[in-house]
This record gives sequence, C-alpha cells and structure tokens, in this order.
Amino acid sequence: MHEQLINPLSQEEIDAIEAEAAHLPERRSAAIEALRIVQEKRGWVSDESLAAIARQLDMSPDALDAIATFYNLIFRKPVGRHVIMVCDSVSCYILGCDRVKRALEARLGIGAGETTADGRFTLLPIVCLGACDRAPALMIGDRLYGNVNADDLGEVLDGHE
Amino acid sequence: MSDAADIRPLTARIDAAGGFVDLESYERAGGYQALRQAVTGMSPKEVQETVKQANLRGRGGAGFPTGVKWSFVPMAAEGEAEGVKYAICNADEMEPGTFKDRYLLENDPHLLVEGLLLAAYAIQASQAYVFLRGEYHLAARRLLEAMQQARSRNYAGANVLGSGYSVEIGLHRSGGRYICGEETALLNALEGRRAQPRARPPFPPASGAWGRPSVVNNVETLCNVPAILRNGADWYLRLGRGEDAGTKMFGVSGRVRAPGLWELPMGTPIREILEDHAGGMLDGYRFRGLLPGGASTDFLVDEHLDLPMDYAAIAKAGSRLGTGTMIVMDDSVCPVDLSRNLQHFFAQESCGFCTPCREGLPWLERVLADIEEGRGEDGDLELLDQNARFIGVPGNTFCVHATGAIEPLASALKYFREDFEAHIRERRCPYGEGR
Ligand SMILES: Cc1cc2nc3c(=O)[nH]c(=O)nc-3n(C[C@H](O)[C@H](O)[C@H](O)COP(=O)(O)O)c2cc1C
Ligand code: SF4
Ligand code: FES
Repeated sequence: MHEQLINPLSQEEIDAIEAEAAHLPERRSAAIEALRIVQEKRGWVSDESLAAIARQLDMSPDALDAIATFYNLIFRKPVGRHVIMVCDSVSCYILGCDRVKRALEARLGIGAGETTADGRFTLLPIVCLGACDRAPALMIGDRLYGNVNADDLGEVLDGHE
Repeated sequence: MSDAADIRPLTARIDAAGGFVDLESYERAGGYQALRQAVTGMSPKEVQETVKQANLRGRGGAGFPTGVKWSFVPMAAEGEAEGVKYAICNADEMEPGTFKDRYLLENDPHLLVEGLLLAAYAIQASQAYVFLRGEYHLAARRLLEAMQQARSRNYAGANVLGSGYSVEIGLHRSGGRYICGEETALLNALEGRRAQPRARPPFPPASGAWGRPSVVNNVETLCNVPAILRNGADWYLRLGRGEDAGTKMFGVSGRVRAPGLWELPMGTPIREILEDHAGGMLDGYRFRGLLPGGASTDFLVDEHLDLPMDYAAIAKAGSRLGTGTMIVMDDSVCPVDLSRNLQHFFAQESCGFCTPCREGLPWLERVLADIEEGRGEDGDLELLDQNARFIGVPGNTFCVHATGAIEPLASALKYFREDFEAHIRERRCPYGEGR
C-alpha cells in the first residue's frame, strides 16, 4: 500500500488510461475503464489511486468516487489475492447456493464481504453469472465454476494460492 | 452444414465446430458475406427494410421490432455527410436465470461482430460498441480478438470493403450493476457515468450516447441479422412455428434432468422444451411453476404448459417471453422464500433514483422474510398485494426495473397463495429451514 502513496499511477497505467480516453468524446468518459485498469494490477482502488485517476481524467475525486461506488466490480476496499464471487440469484438459489455459501464461510472462517487473515481469499455474493444451467455457480478471479459441490470445495479452492 | 444453418442460423456453426468458431471457420461457412452484400450492394434503408420485413423482434426482453427501431434514426439527406451516430450491442446479460448471450459471445464472436456491423451500416453509425458484462472474461478476450480480425480484414475501419462506408468498433466492459442493462442507463454507463436511467423522450434513436442518435440491441437480436440478409425475410418468417418469426435461444434451469440451451423455432411449446430438450423433471421432484423468460417475468403454471413460446401467447397468459430462458420451480422449493430471493435481487439492484423502487422493494423483501421466518401476520398478504400493485404500475416509477420486480411476486401471490397463507397460519415455513 505504501508504494501507492509515493507513486499513484505507473507509466503503464497512465498509457492504458490515455489509450482509452483517446477514442472517447470526453476524457471523463474513460472513468470506468480507468478504474478497472488500476484495479487490475492492484486488486482495489485506494483513495490515492482514485485521486490520481481523477487528476488524469480532469475530474474531481468526489465525482469519480460517486461513479466508483456505484459499480459492484470496482473495489474501494482492499481485497484478498483471490476474490470468490458466489452467485446467489434464483437458479443457483434453487440448486442450493446457500449451502455453498455456508460451506465456504465455514471453511474459510469468514463471512460475506470479508477477507481471510492470510489475505488469500475475499468472499462476495454476486448476481446471476449466466451459468444457470450449471447452477450452483461461482467465480474465482477470471474463472467460472459450475455445478459446484458444497461438500467438495477443495476442487475449486485448490490452486488459488 | 448448410441444412443445419438453414434451420438454426445462430448455432449450426457452433455445433459443427464443436464449440468455438474461429474466423476461418466463420468465413468458410459464409460469414461476412451478408456484410459484403450489404455495404457493396444495398442502401442502408434496404437493410432496415429487410429486417423489418423479417419481423425480427428484440431478444433482450421487450420484443420491440428491430427494423422499426432502426428506422427511427435520422438519416442524412442524399449527398450530405452523416454525423456521429452509435450502434450499440447490449451484452450486459444480468437478468437472473439468463445464460444465452454468454454462449453466443464465447462461441461465435464473429457472428455478433458481423450483426453489429450490419446494424451500424443500416443506421450509418460511425462507431459501434459492445457493452459487455464485466464478469464475462472469456467473452471479452474473444470479442477483442474478433474485432481486431474484423479490422484487419477491413470488415470494420475506414472504407469497409471499398464501399466508402467507415465505422470503428470497440468494447466497453461494465463496472457491474443490473440497471446497466436498461438501455438508457447503459448509455450513461457507456459515457462513464453512474448508470441511472434517462427520461424519455428523447428516445435513443433521436438522442442517445453523448447526445447523438444511437440504437441499442441485444446480442441475440444482432446475431440474427446476418442470416436474414443472406437468406431473405421470407425464409426468416417461415422459420417460426407460430406467429413470430425466426428461431430463439431457449434455456431451462432448475431441477430438470438436462438443464441447457437450445436454438428452436419461435413458437415451440413450453412442454416440448421442458420434456424433449430438458428431459423433464429430475426423479422425485414435481413441477410447480416456471418463470418463462428470466427473473422479471410472471410465473406460469401447469395450465400454461401447452402454450407456444411466442410473444403474444405468453403475454396473453399474463407473463412475458422475456429472454426465453426459463427457471423451473419444483415442489421442494418454497415459493415464499424464492420470492424473497427475487426481491432481494431487485431491491439490491435498484439504482435508487425514485422512491417507490428504492424504498418499496426493500420493504417487500422484509415482509417476505418475515412471512418466511414465521413472523407473518393476518393482513400481510393484502398489504403485499396492494403495494405490489402500486409499485408495479409502469408510470409510478422512472423506469421499468420496479415493474419487472413485481411481475414474479404478483404472480406468485396469485398461483401459490396457499403457500403464503400456510406460512402465516402455521407461523413457520412448511418446507423447513435451511436449504
Ligand atoms: C432493468 C433492466 C435490465 C435490462 N437488462 C438487459 C440486458 O442485460 N440485456 C439486454 O439485451 N436488454 C436488457 N434490458 C432491455 C433493454 O432496455 C433494451 O430493451 C434492449 O437492450 C433492446 O434490445 P433489443 O430490442 O434487441 O431486445 C433491460 C431492461 C431493464 C428495464
Ligand atoms: S425504477 Fe428503480 S431502477 Fe428504475 S429509475 Fe427508479 S429507482 Fe432506478
Ligand atoms: S442464477 Fe446463478 S448463474 Fe444464473
């Protein structure tokens, strides 16, 4: 986290944000992309990152924060190395997502919205992942898992160190 | 191949390839011929007219005729230059129970790219965007690659195939929020703002992204366009089994033997989809009802199973075809708790702009939780009925998010009344706790 205080945005991040802004009618229209770009490497968007992105896009930090907090996939708090998103929408509900959620909470020792002490996992609920024919479904990072078995979570958790 | 493609224009290529269709396979199967034919041999108005004749209706949930929507876009007079316009694909797919656009995007990204470029040509858009759900990572990679290939083959970019028409194509990945799928909220999200719906009029074809004329179409809608132009409107009209034209991606989730997704003629009866394709109910479970087209559609029950999946037939039964992906509720599921789950979703995803939706939906969720947990009182159901009726009237809220939230609840109160009453009478959930 300290590194961000000294060096809010890397040149690579600035270049990526500029590339997005270049083909949009207004610079500020790149706000969501810019937040994603910064979050990709850092895992979340700190106040320092937010202020730096706002400067880059010629907008106020408050205006950018109003946007950042509106969207579910922009994290304004630190998260673990792997974010587990468990679908709690209707098809997964029918097929037992509550059991999956409870099993994950028990195994990781955290509740929804929390991060394990070792910083390995953050557990979040998510709406329908578009994998309802494979319910219950969850995502870890970029990866989608379907037909998740609440009694055998090792299969999905292993390999995410 | 051509036979299958004649009856299943959306998925025949995917089946032949056994999954992902790359550029070579797509072109070998006639891909981008419709685009070539359109930009070199048809006027934009002719493209609009063909799609109108084919009676293609929006597959994003509302069923608005696509060609008609395109015809609302102002076109430059003969000899005058077109201004900036946008053709936008709605690939937000967040309606619970819906998993059709993901399949098309991941497996045949060029089909969507060609469909979007055709829509762009039809309205003479200078820029095309795909607005993609943020969680769809594989689809994002495949779309970016397909867009790059389309540029390098000059299907997009300056002077497309030597026609004089130029269009840029790009991807916007959503920050994640259900309301982004509502087309005017989507425009705000695309502009990098909070995704709040906009007042209408003006409608997007008059004033859309950055105040310029824009059309927004669903993924599946656009995927139908290339084959319509190649095979003609009459062919498309004949594909449907009932009143509506073409095929539709139908899906089934819930406790059926073979949950999945199939491209079938419009008008295929519900029972046929449930039994022949989804394999019927799992052993030991009985059918209670289904949401025919995603979470924001009204329940249908036994008496409706012989209806064709047609816009009019499903509307007549009091529901909506919606996204065509059905959610089956079996007899082990408590209708009250399922309703609570649905209202939780709608309450959480309200954008917060207007009071009946922002305050009303969480209230509904709380009352349902009370009933589910044995704290229901006499009179609660009448109160639910009343408030649902008020919140559900389209004019009472700024957009139809709240209306959609009420559809599954009002119909559950009607068809599963006895379950709600039993909860209040017995002061507990008869289905037991803890799923
Ligand atoms: C709350 C809400 C969410 C919506 N989500 C989507 C969506 O994810 N995808 C979609 O195509 N249409 C969605 N729609 C419908 C769009 O507003 C719009 O009607 C549609 O994209 C138009 O495309 P079509 O005519 O091709 O169906 C949603 C509507 C509402 C009210
Ligand atoms: S109905 Fe709900 S989602 Fe739509 S504008 Fe009002 S608060 Fe927002
Ligand atoms: S409801 Fe869970 S993936 Fe669709």
